[in-house]
Amino acid sequence: MRERKVKAAIIGPGNIGTDLMYKIMKRSKYMEIDLMIGIYPSSEGLKRANTLGINTSHEGIEAVKGRGIDIAFDATSAAAHLQNAQVFEVEGIVAIDLTPAALGPYVCPVINLNEHIERKNINLITCGGQATIPIVAAISAVTKVHYAEIVATIASRSAGPGTRQNIDEFTKTTARGLEVVGGAERGKAIIILNPAEPPIIMRDTIYTIVDNPDREWIEESVRSMIAKVQVYVPGYRLRVGPLIDDKQVTIMIEVEGAGDFLPTYSGNLDIETSAAVAIGEKVSENILKGKAG
Amino acid sequence: MNMNRRIRIVDTTLRDGSHAVKHQFELEDIERITSALNNANVYAIEISHGDGLAGSSIQYGWAKHSDDARLAVAQKVVDRSKITVLLLPGIGTRDDLKLSIERGAQVARIATHVTEADISEQHIRMAKDMGLEVMTFLMLAHMEPPEKMLEQAKLMEGYGADVVYVVDSAGAMIPDDVKVRIGLLKKKMQVEVGFHGHNNLGLAIGNTIAAVQEGATVIDGTLGGLGAGAGNAPTEVLAAVLDKMGYVTGIDLYKIMDAAEDIVRPIMRRPQVIDRSSLILGYAGVYSSFLLHTYRAVEKFDVDPRDVLVELGRRRVVGGQEDMIIDVAHELSQKKNR
Repeated sequence: MRERKVKAAIIGPGNIGTDLMYKIMKRSKYMEIDLMIGIYPSSEGLKRANTLGINTSHEGIEAVKGRGIDIAFDATSAAAHLQNAQVFEVEGIVAIDLTPAALGPYVCPVINLNEHIERKNINLITCGGQATIPIVAAISAVTKVHYAEIVATIASRSAGPGTRQNIDEFTKTTARGLEVVGGAERGKAIIILNPAEPPIIMRDTIYTIVDNPDREWIEESVRSMIAKVQVYVPGYRLRVGPLIDDKQVTIMIEVEGAGDFLPTYSGNLDIETSAAVAIGEKVSENILKGKAG
Repeated sequence: MNMNRRIRIVDTTLRDGSHAVKHQFELEDIERITSALNNANVYAIEISHGDGLAGSSIQYGWAKHSDDARLAVAQKVVDRSKITVLLLPGIGTRDDLKLSIERGAQVARIATHVTEADISEQHIRMAKDMGLEVMTFLMLAHMEPPEKMLEQAKLMEGYGADVVYVVDSAGAMIPDDVKVRIGLLKKKMQVEVGFHGHNNLGLAIGNTIAAVQEGATVIDGTLGGLGAGAGNAPTEVLAAVLDKMGYVTGIDLYKIMDAAEDIVRPIMRRPQVIDRSSLILGYAGVYSSFLLHTYRAVEKFDVDPRDVLVELGRRRVVGGQEDMIIDVAHELSQKKNR
């Protein structure tokens, strides 16, 4: 039974979709990519998929119908996902949503995936959220977090037009994720784009205000959380901290990508696609168990 | 009046000056300063956290009062000047801007790093749709060649900006740098061009005059020069110099001098001078508001503030990256103790 895999589709053959494709092909135990869907015949991503022997379509979401697809990664836009989600539902496809649409629950694989494993639509929050919420959750696990504030600094080159035109979505969604998934009473998120050349690796600073700033507990909890994230993002590293100043705890991390398709400095994009694949794996394992049982 | 000789001054004591008081302005001070600027007939009065709307944070410093409370007291005393607010996309959002428009803001100022204009499109369009005048900032303008800046300025013009500013956030420009940038924007664009200077190299007034001579028609100042780093171009000095040169600002010279001397100077927490660290800001090209955060960090990590600022310049950090001060100070102290 272990040999069987679920059929996966990628919607949106841009940088994110292409990176997802490489990650799944290289490392997935439970998924095989059946199809990549775009809307432009000239898409570079579709061409790459083709040369790798993957079925492609430039005719949009309709192409996903009737192929027995089990799981779809949606790397389009929030507006497109609202449309796509209806098709996924009719077709019985589990949607892993990398857009800001957030029809389904916010999920970070190392925090709350088990609780949502049966859901048909799962949202990835934001890249800044995937990078910082694990740290907030690790602190929340040992003391009450009254306030969590994160500053995500990314290389200008790794911020695509979607992020740029919807920058308010990033700050608002990440702030909500710090609360809902990270366990902070109140969250705030700041994003900075830095154009330095060569491009900088993603950097995140996580400030929290806590009840009990016990250094040993926090250090231990954060260290074990970082190890869990490193399972799917090996370049996720602690840089500074925890620095403790009265009730304030400061932690700085950096996120270097795996370089599957996206450049390694794009840790922000890599942690998003890596988290999506990690979620996809668990969901697929669960689907296979169900089919076997 | 010759229209070319008309210069509009935006006073940003209550925004850029907020850095110099660590965002701790009292509501009474805000009311008195706003009232004095209004009575001196300044074109617009900028009121925000130093890092713009929603800037109150661990990263940039908690403000004593909310955006809303500050605007509420200012709105009460203004009948001639316009109230303006600053928004940095990535920190504040359109929601914050909407709230301040409800609180009487008539001019929106939207700021991005000099290479990142396209993150401001939604904010500029919304402010225009809501009937505001929109002035946009290209910050740390010294970090890119003039042609790059022009390309970014044209984006902002396309989104609907009424004025595009060259912003010397690090006080790192010399008059020739200002002239070439303002001159290029004037030549290639339809919109008005503005300039915002800092005094880290002692050139805030000189650079602003250079900008005006190249055609800038909107300029920033603060009372007594109160502001980030070594401060800004003093509004009262700009008013006097421009008057002497035959430009018309509409400002009452005695009233603006009195506002600086009697209201702002007594509440300064430190003399607004070019000390060695603010000189390094200008020399190394580092964002002026990093100064007081750097002083705080070096106390904790026991390193020379100049070393921290030079390293920040080397790393080409941009506005808003105050967390890198801690990163650098921490790293330098570890090297030192090794």
